[in-house]
Amino acid sequence: MATIKFIEFDGTEHVVEGANDSSIMEAAVTNLVPGIDADCGGECSCATCHVLIDQVWRAKLDQPSEIEESMLDLNPDRTEDSRLSCCIPVTEDLEGITINLPEFQY
Amino acid sequence: MEGVVIIGAGQAAAQTAASLRQEKFEGPITIFGDEPEFPYQRPPLSKDYLAGKISVEKTLVRPQEFYNSKNIAVNLNTKVKEIDPEKNTISTESAETHKYDNLVIATGSRARELRIPGSELNGIHYLRSLRDVDSIRTEMKTAKEICIVGGGYIGLEVAAVASVLGLKVTVLEMESRILKRVTTAEMSEFYHALHTKKGVDIVCGAQVKSFEGESTVSSIVTEEKTFKSDLVIVGIGILPNLELAQNAGIDCENGILVNEHCQTSKKNVYAIGDCSNHPNPILNRRLRLESVPNAMEQARVAANNILGGDKKYSTIPWFWSDQYDLKLQMLGFSADGETSVIRGEVSEEKFAVFYLSNQKIVAVDAVNSPKEFMLAKQLYGEKADPEQLSDVNYDLKKMLS
Repeated sequence: MATIKFIEFDGTEHVVEGANDSSIMEAAVTNLVPGIDADCGGECSCATCHVLIDQVWRAKLDQPSEIEESMLDLNPDRTEDSRLSCCIPVTEDLEGITINLPEFQY
Repeated sequence: MEGVVIIGAGQAAAQTAASLRQEKFEGPITIFGDEPEFPYQRPPLSKDYLAGKISVEKTLVRPQEFYNSKNIAVNLNTKVKEIDPEKNTISTESAETHKYDNLVIATGSRARELRIPGSELNGIHYLRSLRDVDSIRTEMKTAKEICIVGGGYIGLEVAAVASVLGLKVTVLEMESRILKRVTTAEMSEFYHALHTKKGVDIVCGAQVKSFEGESTVSSIVTEEKTFKSDLVIVGIGILPNLELAQNAGIDCENGILVNEHCQTSKKNVYAIGDCSNHPNPILNRRLRLESVPNAMEQARVAANNILGGDKKYSTIPWFWSDQYDLKLQMLGFSADGETSVIRGEVSEEKFAVFYLSNQKIVAVDAVNSPKEFMLAKQLYGEKADPEQLSDVNYDLKKMLS
């Protein structure tokens, strides 16, 4: 369980509870956070759950897998903060994490 | 206010309800589904769920509590019998009538049945619902020889799972090659070789004549040969569920006909997902798609229009299939290409085939090549240099700048 703050591109904030055994993407989708499409349902197949996580929080996460890395690589909105939220499990370590959403999903 | 009624409880239905609430709709939303489960995802059924790697809960589109917390009424085990578009009502099999302001038909599709002698025997299954897969999983534990009728994506995904579980697997395909309806000869050949290497026996040109057995199937008879089999999965395609719409006088032709707003020929009635036949402005033709991304996008379009928006459907179809440890991502339709270019090594099971028409990218089949899939997603319809596409040392990112 962790409290997660999603910030939409226009600045709108959504504070939600993410359950253990779910992903950051699932926490967003379950709580109707706009801006995360997750078309493939969490298979790391579509890259429509792109989020931005700053360096401090990123350091607490596992490194992206090769597939996640490749899916992100050609995303026009990619920054060094980019991750796919379906690939990040919710853990207690993430209590209070802030996640920024890009303007578009591709 | 009567609110929005949604017929069907699959991914399109769940997404419609979610999008309506996301766009701040506060009126009643009522879902009617004839299955016992809350909306679940079907893609994992022939993959991780069949393999026993994920639980039922993980297949749910959203957790069960979601619907209650968002005030979305979900009527399960409830079959809708009739739509009356003049009175704006639907009625269920138990003769309950519900009024709607807006109706969304998301009835999906069903497995095409194989009606031949012996098809009523035990041990013969289709793969469409959670319950289908639960039965298959139970029987797979004691089965030794599994026969799959149909070499499409469902059949091949089942073949991959069963073969990894140690069963003797035979795939019987009626056409001259597997995946003939959906991909090129080269991709068919690649998947044929892959399955053969894993020990799956693929027989093409096999016309199944009958099933034999006492009460449970024990063999399949084709024109040339009889195959022993104590478990059969039939995966020969799906049919859209149109009957409700047809009976209500809603225009149908290979699906429920809708416009770019997902509206049918009847006022305030929408149709989305597998059952809809919709115009695709990018491909410039009408399509009926058996696809989750399509169901999700049509749900968003319908929800937006119900709430007075003007969102138009405009998206490039894409699909995926997992077999063994290979991830196949497909965008567009390879049949639209006049020429093709391969990037990567087929022998290394990591390659993408780009399909071009007038030098423009119109489709890609990407095997363990997500980067190439993402490139095609962004450069669809754009000119691309075949030499750059085929050169693995050429950085694809340069094409985007």
